[in-house]
Amino acid sequence: MANDAVIGAVGEPMVRLRDLSVTFLGGRAPVHAVSGVSLEVQRGEVVALIGESGSGKSVTLRTLLRLHTERRTRIGGEVHVAGRDVLAMPASALPDFRGKVAAMVFQEPLLALDPVYSVGAQIVESIQRHEAVSAAQARARALALFERVRIPSPERRLAAYPHEMSGGMRQRAMIALALACKPQLLLADEPTTALDATVQIQILLLLRELQRDLGLSVIFVTHDIGAAVEVADRIAVMYAGRIVEEGTARQLIRAPRHPYTIALLKSRAHGALARGTRLETIAGAPPDLSALPPGCAFAERCPLAIDACRAAVPPAVELAAGHRARCIRTEIAATIAPVQVSIPMA
Amino acid sequence: MSQPLLTIRGLVKHFPLARQGFGPRSVVRAVDGIDFEVMQGETLGVVGESGCGKSTTARLLMHLLAPTAGEVVFDGRSVGGRDLPLKAFRRQVQMVFQDSYASLNPRLTTQDSVAFGPLVHGLARNAAVARARDLLARVGLDPSRFGERYPHELSGGQRQRVNIARALALQPRMVILDEAVSALDKSVEAQVINLLLDLKDEFGLTYLFISHDLNVVRYVSDRVMVMYLGQIVELGPADALFAAPKHPYAQALLASMPSMDPDRRTESAALAGDPPNPIDPPSGCRFHPRCPLAAPVCASVVPQRVPILVAAGTSGDVACLVHEPGSGHPMAAPLARAA
Repeated sequence: MANDAVIGAVGEPMVRLRDLSVTFLGGRAPVHAVSGVSLEVQRGEVVALIGESGSGKSVTLRTLLRLHTERRTRIGGEVHVAGRDVLAMPASALPDFRGKVAAMVFQEPLLALDPVYSVGAQIVESIQRHEAVSAAQARARALALFERVRIPSPERRLAAYPHEMSGGMRQRAMIALALACKPQLLLADEPTTALDATVQIQILLLLRELQRDLGLSVIFVTHDIGAAVEVADRIAVMYAGRIVEEGTARQLIRAPRHPYTIALLKSRAHGALARGTRLETIAGAPPDLSALPPGCAFAERCPLAIDACRAAVPPAVELAAGHRARCIRTEIAATIAPVQVSIPMA
Repeated sequence: MSQPLLTIRGLVKHFPLARQGFGPRSVVRAVDGIDFEVMQGETLGVVGESGCGKSTTARLLMHLLAPTAGEVVFDGRSVGGRDLPLKAFRRQVQMVFQDSYASLNPRLTTQDSVAFGPLVHGLARNAAVARARDLLARVGLDPSRFGERYPHELSGGQRQRVNIARALALQPRMVILDEAVSALDKSVEAQVINLLLDLKDEFGLTYLFISHDLNVVRYVSDRVMVMYLGQIVELGPADALFAAPKHPYAQALLASMPSMDPDRRTESAALAGDPPNPIDPPSGCRFHPRCPLAAPVCASVVPQRVPILVAAGTSGDVACLVHEPGSGHPMAAPLARAA
């Protein structure tokens, strides 16, 4: 899967975001969707971005492909993908970059795929747009991709239109399309959210397998911690446009240190929780992104907040190798962290 | 929790499809002959994949759809007949839907939305608004702040609280919650679940709780019903069913839940492929083409729901030939000889 044109310096991470900020203009007040996100994704690494709606996870992902309307978006900071400066790239270079270096899998394939062309035609088009190959060669590649993502009777399915496929099959086709031009980075925006549990696990396993076999770097955006744990090496938790905690999946699940991560883990109804006990909730709602407080955005809802939290945005504290939290109360937070429970499942 | 509040007998809903050529008209067998009871004061959870008929069942219960066949009996009286006219039934059973925005009238303020039902059912305007404001306060929305707001001025969690208040405005005995917390963020979902449990205690409600989120269903339900392609495959106490599901489909469904443990990730999917289409369901046991335990007999014999013993005093049932004595399945027990 060598891609000579785009191999960056050796040792250079696949994705490097430095102090990324994204502000949407054009509304009544500017909306600070992302304020200061720094993140690195190594080659062959899977990072999950998790958070609730409005936390900035999808906006961060879209910035990597520069999908935001330029006229109404102000982007600050640095975005490097495979050694390229995405923000400095001329608009004419974007079509070559998208799909070839980094490709996206969207949540709703029915909206992302073109309804008037067969799925096969869309994959062939994508391959021919990026590479000088004949239609027959492109079609053979499309067939191989469909086999790769395990679509049953692939020959017949290539001729199918998106509406003729089931939800899980469409998501497989979407993944095949994303992989058509052998990208190095796969961006997945809630790829399993609209799927049933039995299908979700199949798609998660498929993503894991493709990532391993093709050596892809993956950024996986989800609101479901369970799905993140199934695929990710590292997890970054976002809240109100910032990464509040980042670490390996193991660190985040076993030893969460940011009060928001802790609250998220505790508010889940899970198997080990007895009925009749109340779920622990996070009071209130996330802040208005057009009027962010000067300090920690979570302070308003945080049981551990002190005055210093509200005064300035807390810096990222290194807790262990690769484990960081933007919180000045991590030591106290450690005492309220949930005890890891294993869930006996049939 | 002993009296059945709601009894469903032989409920069927077929949606006819447009005729293709000259062949016989085909139908979507959305719900295909289900029987169950909801006990007074319990929460019955309903799980299954999309297309299994959970939402159609809810709509049939409310008579938002006319059943093809079958009977709904509420508190001993047949719904829709002379005993219990539809309007009287709907005063006692209310429903909360998944899409909080689509289920509110965008041109009514929250308090008018909540007061609408009582007004229609003959309460004076002042009394209806007073009850609405009271209920808004009860679901955690300060009526002086939120009473005059319109749906677009509320967050998803707040809108779902309004929907819950509206469902309670007629002082129903039973509430059907169709994916009522599914669209909410996890932290908000927990708040609404707690609210639902509090309201259940306070008003002595009975819930039918439909959700695809197995963790939530396990947490709120007393009993759980698993549906597959329009039929009930297993029904039993929540704890027993989640600890040791009997039906191979229920087992696969539960095994598909993410493990939440980075050291014990799921290694293989319990089921391959998507749920099949309810237009032409497989013969015999509908699950047999995907079932790891399927035997030749499963393709021809329709399994009956047979009672299974769970813990003392509780019972469940499962529709699987493996658990049906004398069914002909190699794993089934031989038929007990009549004494």
